[in-house]
Amino acid sequence: LHFNHLIMQTTTATQLDDGSMEEEIGELRRSHPKSLAGGDFTLCDAFYFCKKGIESIVEDQVTQRFTSEELASWNLLTRTNNNFHYISVRVTIIWGLGVFIRYCILLPLRVTLAVLGLSWLVIGTTLVGLLPHSNVKTWISDLIHVTCYRICARALSARIRYHNKENHPKKGGICVANHTSPIDIVILANDGCYAMVGQIHGGLMGVIQRSMVRSCPHVWFERSEMKDRHAVAKRLKDHVADKTKQPILIFPEGTCINNTSVMMFKKGSFDIGATIYPVAIKYDPQFGDAFWNSGKYNMVSYLLRMMTSWAIVCNVWYLPPMSLQDGEDAVHFANRVKSAIARQGGLVDLFWDGGLKREKVKESYKEEQQKMYSSMIVGQD
Amino acid sequence: MGSTSSTLAKIPNAEDLMQETGFTPAHLVRLYDRFKVLDKDKKGFLTPQDFVAIKELAMNPICDRIIGAFFTSGGETLDFPSFVRILAHFRPIDKNRPKEPTSPDPINSRSNKLKFAFQLYDQDKDGKISRHELLQVLRAMLEKQVTEEQLESIADRTIQEADLDRDDAISFEEFRKSLEKVNIDHKMSIRFLR
Repeated sequence: LHFNHLIMQTTTATQLDDGSMEEEIGELRRSHPKSLAGGDFTLCDAFYFCKKGIESIVEDQVTQRFTSEELASWNLLTRTNNNFHYISVRVTIIWGLGVFIRYCILLPLRVTLAVLGLSWLVIGTTLVGLLPHSNVKTWISDLIHVTCYRICARALSARIRYHNKENHPKKGGICVANHTSPIDIVILANDGCYAMVGQIHGGLMGVIQRSMVRSCPHVWFERSEMKDRHAVAKRLKDHVADKTKQPILIFPEGTCINNTSVMMFKKGSFDIGATIYPVAIKYDPQFGDAFWNSGKYNMVSYLLRMMTSWAIVCNVWYLPPMSLQDGEDAVHFANRVKSAIARQGGLVDLFWDGGLKREKVKESYKEEQQKMYSSMIVGQD
Repeated sequence: MGSTSSTLAKIPNAEDLMQETGFTPAHLVRLYDRFKVLDKDKKGFLTPQDFVAIKELAMNPICDRIIGAFFTSGGETLDFPSFVRILAHFRPIDKNRPKEPTSPDPINSRSNKLKFAFQLYDQDKDGKISRHELLQVLRAMLEKQVTEEQLESIADRTIQEADLDRDDAISFEEFRKSLEKVNIDHKMSIRFLR
């Protein structure tokens, strides 16, 4: 039962001896004087719902995905020191030294690199854009893109390990990955060129986007176009159909999650009929927390935090390509891909929608709970 | 450097709260952090809307009653001490606590846990679960899944079994008697730390 699975997942944080709704209520009833095995209501049934409710008040699976992962041992960054007591003078001195190194030595170096990398990208792609369309142009464009991303990766002191490179996304396909932060793009693009998908921004971001598209095709949308699902799907389809274009990079969760779980994938990219190349990205939080809590930090303060961490260490797994099977619908396919990514990355596979960050829960979830409970009271019908 | 003790200092009357509820400093700090996370608008207190915003709670069939247990006497604001006092009901029972005959029952005693559960049913707080109140809870847990007749027959049967003095309602004592074999400590306790 799908919802049994949900109930198990919703309580891993606070409860270790958890059971499904049937098990728990069954246990409650076994101790009831009258044996009512297999049906009927008992007063203690409400205990089950009450306990689940209180557990979710103390800790719930969704909210905790949008705050940074807690560390088992401190890594000398103040920002991760939530639960640790003041330890000793020696640790404080080491911490102080760490602050000096991170802010006065590493930060200026990194910022310089980042500026270099981005300037290289803008200038390089603009120049390449002047060239006539040819194989050489594509090759130079790829070179410029990858170089820029490599410089940016150095700017973050990123140590990336790629696994299963034989499954690298190919042209005409769509690469999907779990989303933790904008840095994911740098991480993936270090190992190959992708066509980015996204909204055109103003400002510095917009300048970068516009120059990128001069040298090789990316899929940038105006804000108004984003609402029209068909237009979006069409553009993606067209891009994918052209076998000379780079694979598209999409993050189907639609929002940044804190890298402990994978949330619901939006089905749009799975509906196009292209081959999907799943990629799992897992950051090692010990050296620096890559999660972008967009509610708490804006882009600039986020980048500052990134550049004053020790390093960004992550693993990237390329999974074997997947396609829509006969009789499968996009939602099911999306879930299949999501499970594969979660399994590989060691992340919790949640069915919750990342959009719940901002929205309300649907009534249908409550109805599912009621349906399950009623089948115990009055039997299946 | 952040630490448990510095957060503890921010909590007003932390010592008294710990004494009253039996929570350890680590528990209290965690609950305080949770309180602040739930209080998105930084009001300093919680409202029923803040609770409904918890997705897993919103899909619980008796969500309203659980929230109602926090906001007793119709109030719309919940401060941190009250938040903690209610949650204290769900602390596991302290098996090693010495039984002092003069001291009052701790908040998380078996009896108090049962009282908490009783109140989920007894909305008008008259000390009895009437047939009407029982029907309401059943309706909440089953909603569209069963017919009204089925609901009524379930309610009738339940009262028949538990109602010993035949007053067509379940008093707290009858409630307690009916559940005397249930492991309340296990079923009405949660772990507060990861």
